[in-house]
Amino acid sequence: MSLAVVEQAPGHHEGAEEPDYIRGKSGVMSWVLTLDHKRIALLYLATVTLTFFLGGVFALALRTELLVPENGIMDAMTYNRMFTLHGVTMVFFFMIPAIPGVFGNFFLPIMIGAHDVAFPRLNLASYYLFLAAVCLGVWGMIHGGTDTGWTFYTPYSTTTTTTVLPILAAAFVNGFSSILTGVNFIVTIHTLRADGVHWMRLPLFIWALYGTSVIQVLATPVVGITLALCAVEHFLGTGIFDPARGGDPILFQHLFWFYSHPAVYIMVLPAFGVASEVVGAFTRKPLVGYRMIALSTFGIAFVGFLAWGHHLFTSGQSAVDAGVFGFLSMLIGIFTSIKVFNWVASMYKASIVMTTPFMYALGFFFLTVFGGMTGVALATISLDVHWQDTYFVVAHFHFIMAGAVVLMFLAALHYWFPKMFGKLYAEGPAMVGAVLVILGFIGTFTPQFFLGNEGMPRRYYSYPAHFQWLHVASTIFAYILFLGLLLTLVNLIVALVSGEKAPNNPWGAPQYEWDIPSPPTEHNFPATPVINRDPYEYRGEGIIENAH
Amino acid sequence: MHTETIDHGNAEKPPHLRFQFSDSARQFHAAKFGMWLFLGQEVMFFSALLCAYAYYRNQFPVAWSMASHHLNTTFGLLETINLLFSSFTVALAIHFVRLGKRTITSVLLFVTLACGILFLVMHSYEYYTEYHEGLLPGRFFHPEAGWHMPMESAMFMSCYFFTTVLHSIHVLIGVGVLGVIMVFNMKGKYSPAYYTHVEIGGLYWHLVDLIWIFLFPLYYLVA
Amino acid sequence: MILAAAFYNEWMRKLLNLPPQASSVAEGVDNLHYFVIAVTTLVSIGIALAALVLWATYRNKGKGTVGQVVHPGLSFEVFAISGPLFFFLLWFFIGFRQYVEMESPPDDAMEVYVMGKKWMWKFAYPDGPNAVGVLHVPVGRPVKLLMTSRDVIHSFFIPAFRMKKDVVPGRYSELWFTATEPGSYEVFCAEYCGTGHSMMRAEVVAMKPDEFDTWLAQQRNGFASRQQDSAAATEESPRVEANMVLQGQRLASEKGCFKCHSVDGAPHIGPTWLGMYHRREHLSTGETINIDEAYITESMMEPTAKLVAGYGPVMPTYMGKLTAPETAAIVEYIKSLRNPELQAQPSEAATYEPSRR
Repeated sequence: MSLAVVEQAPGHHEGAEEPDYIRGKSGVMSWVLTLDHKRIALLYLATVTLTFFLGGVFALALRTELLVPENGIMDAMTYNRMFTLHGVTMVFFFMIPAIPGVFGNFFLPIMIGAHDVAFPRLNLASYYLFLAAVCLGVWGMIHGGTDTGWTFYTPYSTTTTTTVLPILAAAFVNGFSSILTGVNFIVTIHTLRADGVHWMRLPLFIWALYGTSVIQVLATPVVGITLALCAVEHFLGTGIFDPARGGDPILFQHLFWFYSHPAVYIMVLPAFGVASEVVGAFTRKPLVGYRMIALSTFGIAFVGFLAWGHHLFTSGQSAVDAGVFGFLSMLIGIFTSIKVFNWVASMYKASIVMTTPFMYALGFFFLTVFGGMTGVALATISLDVHWQDTYFVVAHFHFIMAGAVVLMFLAALHYWFPKMFGKLYAEGPAMVGAVLVILGFIGTFTPQFFLGNEGMPRRYYSYPAHFQWLHVASTIFAYILFLGLLLTLVNLIVALVSGEKAPNNPWGAPQYEWDIPSPPTEHNFPATPVINRDPYEYRGEGIIENAH
Repeated sequence: MHTETIDHGNAEKPPHLRFQFSDSARQFHAAKFGMWLFLGQEVMFFSALLCAYAYYRNQFPVAWSMASHHLNTTFGLLETINLLFSSFTVALAIHFVRLGKRTITSVLLFVTLACGILFLVMHSYEYYTEYHEGLLPGRFFHPEAGWHMPMESAMFMSCYFFTTVLHSIHVLIGVGVLGVIMVFNMKGKYSPAYYTHVEIGGLYWHLVDLIWIFLFPLYYLVA
Repeated sequence: MILAAAFYNEWMRKLLNLPPQASSVAEGVDNLHYFVIAVTTLVSIGIALAALVLWATYRNKGKGTVGQVVHPGLSFEVFAISGPLFFFLLWFFIGFRQYVEMESPPDDAMEVYVMGKKWMWKFAYPDGPNAVGVLHVPVGRPVKLLMTSRDVIHSFFIPAFRMKKDVVPGRYSELWFTATEPGSYEVFCAEYCGTGHSMMRAEVVAMKPDEFDTWLAQQRNGFASRQQDSAAATEESPRVEANMVLQGQRLASEKGCFKCHSVDGAPHIGPTWLGMYHRREHLSTGETINIDEAYITESMMEPTAKLVAGYGPVMPTYMGKLTAPETAAIVEYIKSLRNPELQAQPSEAATYEPSRR
């Protein structure tokens, strides 16, 4: 047995099963006030599923409106609020918290052999801050919502008459939730690794969460204070971003993107981490380039801080600034390509098991490479002048952010579902759902690249008729995507209710978390484990049933 | 909750040790490390404001210096000394809690608290004067007649108010935190073996002090 | 050979759904575009295909089969880094060079003032009429747009020219182009600005040079302008005057500029305006600057920001006291004081759009 449990507790009898974390306690309060990282993860899962659904409904309404050049199902003001709320919900309430909040919380302690995160109460506080942010946001939406776009550019956001304050407050509070989660994760990784888990034995998902947390701690406060300045300006007229009082609206953009560019990596790094786990599990051989994948995470995190200016190429930035930011932006692409090359190389001479999570990973390769390289194309300054603020940008970031993040969120959900809930789902519908989702994503956003080339600006409620056929194509695939997501949701709910009981390691995967029972017991391990192998060391024949 | 601790076989587990940590030293290290990370976050919080400050000072040097002359340098200096002194007392409190001297620790924490409150009172008085002189930020900037101030001085006051109010909120939180720690100390929660709260509370207080050390010359002493 | 290149260009442009190439930079930008997008598409499809082929080849042949441990050498990592790096840097250098060209207007460019406001575009020619929504430019001559916004940030976007620049309140931004093909091209606002954002469109009409000259002359006669641009005259306040220099002169006296500034070179409280444009001045900070439109505008809005050496910080700000077209008019007036010859106003100028006051 490779995961040796030493220090056997004296009172622990063989066969006297400790109850799992779901059945261990009952009652509403045992969930609402839980300090168990796994239960907090499930709270996150419930909340982000709702916010994802909310953001998705906004998106479908937008796509439906764009079927016709003007006067579709809503008026311009409603449309403007709708795309703002779609952006705010998806960015702040889904993509930033989703993978770290759900799978980070659930598996980070397990993967380093710990009983919990370092600060369980802080962890619960993070969740409630997130929930408070969601509630504030929804409250703002009910009271009319705002029409600034999720970027809140001044002076539009400081002069709009819509309810921008609760939405700004929601983003601010959400920022604190993610800062505290980041602090918690970093400290946990540093202080709670079990014996034997040295740095080069950390699973790549943990490395990804580490990089994410560093960005969260260092970048989030900057946007927090910027949005606070924006809010104060909105109701007190302080003038920091108001040109009529000597302020500079471009300063807002600099401060905003200093966070929001690294925030892209807050969203996408955990997705990369999931990809590494899925590839590691289903290729049945050690991952190629473990060290390179781990190190490139920090390359991305570091250079990600220095590239924000590429969002401002057309703002009147000097050519020198544009050159520096353009150059630095190119470097990020290198670190991402290292990861992709290593994942694909890991399939060479492998023994690949095709499962739903792996299907998602295949889709993810294409979306990430095309989305990532169009990002490099956008950083090519003279091309950006044409593409800036067109549908090309929209398509690019939906490929890399939505495509990659949502796909890997779904991959993670399918991959770890048996471990989290102790149930197996039906593979057939899951696979059909995965294919529909992947084709839906590609089909929805590919026409938007062509729209952008033709010059269709983003955030347009009405448009010249010559853009229409591409919009129609995009909308049709958006519905296919929605269908795929619906099928996936139904399939997983059915599995939750009446799925077969899952064995400890249904995939025959080598990672540490598959050694413990499904679902795990309340403190993960009966005693502090000692881990004596590398995370992707495939352990030979068949599926190892955990000795218990 | 039977789950709060896990039996590791070795019977003597101190009551403050939480189940996820194997020993006290590691738990203490984790708390301190977490606090340092949080302080890093705080520095980034203020650095964005200092960016705005630097940018506008560079743009409006004259307006900046003219507005700065209307701040009360004497008060600013007194507040600085006051905060520096409180940083010293909280450092002493940490020293004495390590030695197990509970009463002295409480007294020192109380002095720190008092300094914090004094700072808030003095700063409120400053705000009050500025309010009377019409030196509020942005659209409330109506300096008294006779002063020749460029309009951009309103921007100085905006930066000044936003930054110092934010700092004062930090002082207020610090006062609250130190107050709770003082009460815990009087109840005998801390010992030379366990004084994590005092240590990280002190760290936080030092940061609040440090930020002020930067703000004082930047706002009060513009040449 | 040239024919083949032209065919390739046209074919790729259609394939990528790009609008016509109607400015001097468009073809160069498009060539880079084809290169970048072709590599991007080939690499992404290549990687996806490689993954599919690898999956088909190395499928799990039943429970328990284990993959072979492969440690690719250093050369693999070197390839993974240097391959993309080569392309990325190549793109960067080509793109940067093109961008520098886009940012450097020629000295002889014809200037047009552009003002964005919710939700329309206004154009003002230094020696000609105002217009709303339609910008007339000559083919083959460089045109420089000096743009500002009256309310929030907008962005002036001409897809057919591959050009875009944000229009920011409180500052002037520049955009220049040389139209190459006569025709009419769409202009969009590309920065979100509220309810009417998507209707904030305009049109650039590129005319043959001689037609443009005729058009401009007609506008000067005031006869055509009343038909063409009546919207400008009725929508804007009655203060609009056709000749910006004259308007600037009138405004300068109304706003009290002459209390401190002379226009004949005589010393006064502030620097004289005569020959001020393109003069090199020493600032109180020791820097030397070239006085251009941006500096003049800044000095009106933030007089204390950059003081010319020897003058005190006594000038009040005109922020909020001058509208953007008024500012532009005063700038034009100051520019007209470049040298004594130009000081004499063209006497017929006042006739083409009579002041309504």
